[in-house]
Amino acid sequence: MDTLVTALPALQEAFALILQPAQIMYLVLGVLLGLSVGVFPGLGGIAGLSLVLPFMFGMDPVSGLALMVGLVAVVPTSDTFASVLMGIPGSSASQATVLDGFPMARKGEAARALAAAFASSLFGGLFGATVLTGLILVARPLVLAFGTPEMLAITLLGLSMVAILAGTLPLKGVAAACLGLLVGTIGEAGAGGSLRMATYDIPYLTDGIKLVIVGLGIFAVPEIISLLRQDQSIARGSQLGAGWAQGVRDWFENRWLSVRCAVIGVVVGVIPGLGGSVVDWIAYGHTVQTAKDKSGFGKGDVRGVVGPESSNNAKEGGGLVPTLIFGIPGSGSMAIFIGGLGLLGFNAGPQMIQNDLDVTYTVVWSLALANVVGAGLCIALSGPISRLTTIRFTLLAPFLFMMISFAAFQSRQSLGDLVTLFAIGLLGIFLRRFDWSRPAFLIGFVLSSQAENFSNNAHQIATFKFRKGMDVGLEYVASPIVIGIVVLTIISVVLGLRHSKQMPTEGPVVSGKKRAPVIFLLLMLAYTVTAWINAALIDLTSDKIFPLTVGTVGIIALVLLLIRMMRAPEDDPIFADRETAGDDGDAAHGLWATLSWFGALLVLSSLLGFILALMLFLITFFRIRAGLSWARSALLTAAGIAGMCFVASTLNRDFPPGLLQEFIDMPWPFK
Amino acid sequence: MNTKNTALAASVALACSLTGSAALSLDLTGKTVDFVIPFSETGGSARWANFYAPLLSEALPGNPTVVVKYMPGAGSTKGANWFQSQDYSDSEGTLIFGSSGSTQFPYLLDDPRVKYEYGDWNVVLASGTGGVAFLPPDLAGKMNGLDATGLQDTDFIWGSQGATRLDLVPLLGWEMLGMSVEPVFGIKGRGDGRLMFERGEANIDYQTSAAYLKSVVPLVEAGHAVPLMTWGALDADGNIVRDPTFPDIPTFKEICEATPSCETSGDAWEAWKAFFIAGFPVQKMVFLPQGADQDAIDTYTAAFNEVTARADFKELSENTLGVYPQMTGDTAQSMLKLGTEVPAEAKDFVKKWLLDTYGVSLK
Repeated sequence: MDTLVTALPALQEAFALILQPAQIMYLVLGVLLGLSVGVFPGLGGIAGLSLVLPFMFGMDPVSGLALMVGLVAVVPTSDTFASVLMGIPGSSASQATVLDGFPMARKGEAARALAAAFASSLFGGLFGATVLTGLILVARPLVLAFGTPEMLAITLLGLSMVAILAGTLPLKGVAAACLGLLVGTIGEAGAGGSLRMATYDIPYLTDGIKLVIVGLGIFAVPEIISLLRQDQSIARGSQLGAGWAQGVRDWFENRWLSVRCAVIGVVVGVIPGLGGSVVDWIAYGHTVQTAKDKSGFGKGDVRGVVGPESSNNAKEGGGLVPTLIFGIPGSGSMAIFIGGLGLLGFNAGPQMIQNDLDVTYTVVWSLALANVVGAGLCIALSGPISRLTTIRFTLLAPFLFMMISFAAFQSRQSLGDLVTLFAIGLLGIFLRRFDWSRPAFLIGFVLSSQAENFSNNAHQIATFKFRKGMDVGLEYVASPIVIGIVVLTIISVVLGLRHSKQMPTEGPVVSGKKRAPVIFLLLMLAYTVTAWINAALIDLTSDKIFPLTVGTVGIIALVLLLIRMMRAPEDDPIFADRETAGDDGDAAHGLWATLSWFGALLVLSSLLGFILALMLFLITFFRIRAGLSWARSALLTAAGIAGMCFVASTLNRDFPPGLLQEFIDMPWPFK
Repeated sequence: MNTKNTALAASVALACSLTGSAALSLDLTGKTVDFVIPFSETGGSARWANFYAPLLSEALPGNPTVVVKYMPGAGSTKGANWFQSQDYSDSEGTLIFGSSGSTQFPYLLDDPRVKYEYGDWNVVLASGTGGVAFLPPDLAGKMNGLDATGLQDTDFIWGSQGATRLDLVPLLGWEMLGMSVEPVFGIKGRGDGRLMFERGEANIDYQTSAAYLKSVVPLVEAGHAVPLMTWGALDADGNIVRDPTFPDIPTFKEICEATPSCETSGDAWEAWKAFFIAGFPVQKMVFLPQGADQDAIDTYTAAFNEVTARADFKELSENTLGVYPQMTGDTAQSMLKLGTEVPAEAKDFVKKWLLDTYGVSLK
């Protein structure tokens, strides 16, 4: 009752503050900025917030808040465009959306997928804000109840989603996930700082590989290359089918799924330290597990869009809890948000809830309002924008290469970013070709450092507690929350394995000759063994135990697969190879010829710097590969370069320099 | 509680503006100044730089736009190595670099990635900070006045970011007091460490001043935490004195003096002091690239003086920076020396201690 007495007036005050024309204007401005930044894959909330941060100082607090919140709120909404239309995960929050969203776009149902996604986002956002309003006053004990063992348990729950996404052969899914986990350990170990599969001679590797690059490499590069080879439009020349109204109806028909996934989003968002990257996978896994007819998933089932999208916007609301109550950012963009609050004169933390409850509620409900405005705009845009899928893909591809290279470069601003993107892209192409689950790889990668740190920490603290007494230790590791989540994890693995066989994650793949699949498996085995040996040579137990364990599991899985390969006949599903038949097998252009275009862009960048390389690349591509006239080639090239420069200069970013720039000083954007 | 600081800042500002007020010719009208920090958008350095950027823009001649540029990587050594490759003539006053304790520690510990040399750069601002260690109330009761001997038979567990980071200072300090503190390495930030303390997973913690004021003081008021000690502050002669932000909390030095097993002389003490200075009172600095002329240095010094002399500076900085001294001119120069020049014995002691205690070596 007490809480209600304090909450109601503050809530009223908050609404009075938000519903001023000036504040709404700033909110809409923030939403528009967030939308424009969010559609660029790999940029997202951090880039957007950094953009407005310089103006925060001296701004009227409520306007500043409205601007920032508007921006943060719509990023998980707008990143859906790239995920659905191009198969490019716009941010870590919409990776799972790609799985069903993009196949829908390929069926000509882009508008429907987008609208369903936005309706779900809108609902998730509103749901998050509503829950948050009540929760924020009493959330403190809830958040404190989630210690390291609980977070480890949730991380395992996330990993258990591999089971349902493993594809036809569960062992292949396990191996792919292990490879993802291993790639996630590259660089300095979190605990003791030992180097794994890296050396100080290549400083790039010591920081490990960033999620943006892995997301782009694993999903975007293979899709772009594959589409480019077929020389069609994304929607395969077919007419655009069901429109946005159908999408909204789809959401309504699955409203209970949406509610459940929004709850998942809020709960996971509330826990600091987990980050948002796991939310959409848990939601997607839940969606598949609870669906009666699972046959359509991975081929364009609208429920696969509704689930993750309902959860990722709800997560933003949940993520505000640790941010505001403890002053601990739940994500990168929240960290900048706290910084922005500081510039406005507010301190995120326990005092803010007590002293500035009205401001707190302003944040919460600005978030809700921004969701409404953002999702509304996006639904309105989804019809026209989905026409992009009818454009001949050869004309889109060079711009996509440009965008993903630029996005990848933002992660470390080093040429190494582009090299890594290419390498991971190549891996993605082969995982896709031989039907190894790419989601399983990505889940492994995303959860790698969390799984390692949480298990190290939980082990260390638990040992410490057990030394004090058996009961103290047990109380710590076997709390009701931990037991509950572990049970859920087991159920999810069992259910997942039972159903995954009927559910090829990315559509059926025909089996072909033995040679290529065996070579790829041997390469994976070679890397896994190398990583295992590399880990075994590390002195610190804390830094070696995780890669050793994961490596061992991976090696066992791969060897078992190898044995099966030696025994099985050529038509066994283990020899799945997309080059045999289907879209890729019948494609007009070869894989290597197409890939070398992308490779050429990267090599040219390392020589001439990005912008000069891009000019050469665009104009040759349009002229030779797309067969356009010189005039049209030049026109499109100029448009691309101008767009790129505009984005970079607005966000105050540089381009990758090449060898040439070492010798000659050039003005921006060439430097 | 921070009038002393303001007075100090004001007097330093005055002194510097008197010496450096000769005709300045650097004019940045219409230019953009890049304030490069070797960290990502999300850290404390980003907050510090974003706080100064708009103020600096107002104070520099010609009111250039000051934008913060992030160049994270390799524990901040990537950005610092890049800055080392810059010459003043490349940018003519449109480039400044913000370094932090995380940039200084690898430099002091001879990290193989370090290719930069602080002595080449030109410091125009040095920002300090402090830190406070705290305990749960039941354990704090084991202190006998300032004597920490009573804590020696307790097992402590602590969430730490890593032994080679800023956390080196408290770890070494606690060990000198004879306390057995087991660090849980690999947490992402000091905020996560505090959360572990609040959840009862850890039973000791420290926070930098701003974070302590913001998030731990409410815990202390609610009876969930008791401050143990501050790391202290430096006076003008380089002596460790009480932290002006927390005049009522004893310093590590005082506790060490009162605890029989701890000594304020010898290798361990010298090493602790050297790394404490690099990590706290001289934590963040702003530099012009090598080769900068006196005119540019004076211009930036004057600008920072103008910023810190603003009537509303105290109020503005309290939220973002905490109540730390902001030093320019000769004071910053001597702070740079204190923070980046460490006796070889102290370095060797710390390197050996890291290897023996935590198996960590930087090779």
